Amino acid sequence: MSATTSLQPLTTGTPEKRSRPLLGWHLHDGLVVGKRNLIQTIRVPELLFFSLVQPVIFVLMFAYVFGGAIPVPGASGEAGAEAYRAYLIPGIFAQTVAFAAASSTVGIAEDMHKGIIDRFRSLPMKASAVLFGRTYADAARMILVLAVLTITGLVVGWRINNGIANAVLAYLLLLLFAYVVAWIGSWIGLYMPNPETANTAGLIWLFPLTFISNAFVPLAGMPSGLQAIAAWNPLSALTLACRELFGNPTGLAPGEEIYWSLANAELYTLLSCGVLLAIFVPLAVRKYRRTTAR
Amino acid sequence: MADAAVVAEGLVKTYGEVRALDGLDLVVPQGTVLGLLGPNGAGKTTAVRILTTLLRPDSGKATVAGIDVIKNPDKVRGIIGLTGQYAAVDEYLTGRENINMVGRLYHFEPAWVKKRADELLERFRLTDAADRPAKTYSGGMRRRLDLAASLVAKPEILFLDEPTTGLDPRSRIELWEVIENLVSEGTTVLLTTQYLEEADQLAEDIVVIDRGQVIAKGTSETLKDSVGGDRVEIVVKDPTTLDAATAALAALGSSEPKVNIEDRRVTVPVTGGSTVLVDVVRGLDSAGVVLEDLSLRRPTLDDVFLSLTGRTAEEEEAADKKARARSKKKKEASA
Repeated sequence: MSATTSLQPLTTGTPEKRSRPLLGWHLHDGLVVGKRNLIQTIRVPELLFFSLVQPVIFVLMFAYVFGGAIPVPGASGEAGAEAYRAYLIPGIFAQTVAFAAASSTVGIAEDMHKGIIDRFRSLPMKASAVLFGRTYADAARMILVLAVLTITGLVVGWRINNGIANAVLAYLLLLLFAYVVAWIGSWIGLYMPNPETANTAGLIWLFPLTFISNAFVPLAGMPSGLQAIAAWNPLSALTLACRELFGNPTGLAPGEEIYWSLANAELYTLLSCGVLLAIFVPLAVRKYRRTTAR
Repeated sequence: MADAAVVAEGLVKTYGEVRALDGLDLVVPQGTVLGLLGPNGAGKTTAVRILTTLLRPDSGKATVAGIDVIKNPDKVRGIIGLTGQYAAVDEYLTGRENINMVGRLYHFEPAWVKKRADELLERFRLTDAADRPAKTYSGGMRRRLDLAASLVAKPEILFLDEPTTGLDPRSRIELWEVIENLVSEGTTVLLTTQYLEEADQLAEDIVVIDRGQVIAKGTSETLKDSVGGDRVEIVVKDPTTLDAATAALAALGSSEPKVNIEDRRVTVPVTGGSTVLVDVVRGLDSAGVVLEDLSLRRPTLDDVFLSLTGRTAEEEEAADKKARARSKKKKEASA
């Protein structure tokens, strides 16, 4: 065959194995797969655009439609509406990072139904890398989303009042939380029969998670049973921790008795993130192994 | 067997009541191409998925380069390449990014992977498209990229699961060239296909499987010999000359000619290959028969399949589709 001769011989020498990276192959493989997921984000700018628009719309809607109707202790009238906007922004931050889980659910469901998963599985890589890569990329994407939200917040009157160091700590807590819910979202994604179902199922649990919390309204106005649930909701602790770190209104009346989870908001946020990771990382990895071993 | 690259013994895999593999035995000697042939649902893909560690068999054992695929899947993955039925490339990544990613996941030095990627892209004529996302590629280009990705680690053994299914004829021939090249460099290949022509073109040894079991094996030639030799087939212009044509062919053939009056067709088994064609033309000419068509038909693997299973591969596939549609309907009805 004439075309055969035009093919170049493969002359590269023997494959050079990399020595084990400092932090191990799990992290290395996860980073390689995560890079792929981040590249996908850049190649579909429309998706990125709309994922930025949604939280911005939430800010505007809550700030101006509901804002006047939701009282923040210690302020009323025009000052009250202003205080609510400052109160609201950390809540929107927390809600937005929680929605990282939805993109993980859809992303994993899509991966599992594409040929690429066979490619990954035929490679001598760590099986967990598909999940590590997905969760870290979805959390990393939130850096950009948080940046856009921060600007939106500044425009509607929210301010960082407690120093840069504390603000950085707040952003780190938000990203940690994004990473944790991305694992829960990925685990759900592994159960989805197709990406379309993932689109719906990936969202439903996020509404109670974000609304039964102090993200948009102070807990004091809720019936006591709901109040207890909301108080132990890790998202409430995250939101309160951010409000404290940013120096924003906390929505708590002076001397109000609060649950331990909120009195120690930062600690409880870290604890619950740790516990959730300890539960969902092994669950997801095990489910991934089972699903792919058919 | 020391020089067998792939050995499978008694592989069984069931899905509910369906026995996808029912005691499959296979041996692929080093440096050869084995064509695994069979209709849809015969168990080809299941066999490949087990041998490439993507699937665990219910029972039986398999080794690749002497390494147990069940006990040592990671080791096996390090020395094989797999190209599946559907191009396993990320469509948002460029061709280069796809190959780089795979190389990194083999745990090779990034600098080496980069060199290797350039070389593979060049070889598979993807250099011009290397920095475009793979979703802009044609079907043939995607398959070539997929094959390139599976070659990053210089695998000794390559598994090609229906590598040309769904490709247009030109892309198919292109891919065949690429595979022939690899083989000439010493790569062992296990190839599954439902195209008999493809097995004929690429594989020295052929194993025909049906319903999860081996039903025949041998070289393409021995399999064809097993269904009989060449046949001369003529179509006459004038139906009234059919008798004269039949008589002339009866004198030349190795057994009785078969006549199809409706199609004005006479077929006769012959020996002596193409030299007999000359005699056929002379004989028919002197008998005053005018021909519309004349051909020397060598048995194809289709004939082999037909004689083994009583059905052609195409009929088998159609029946398979019908059965699947039926079971789907049943499922929908019960839901």
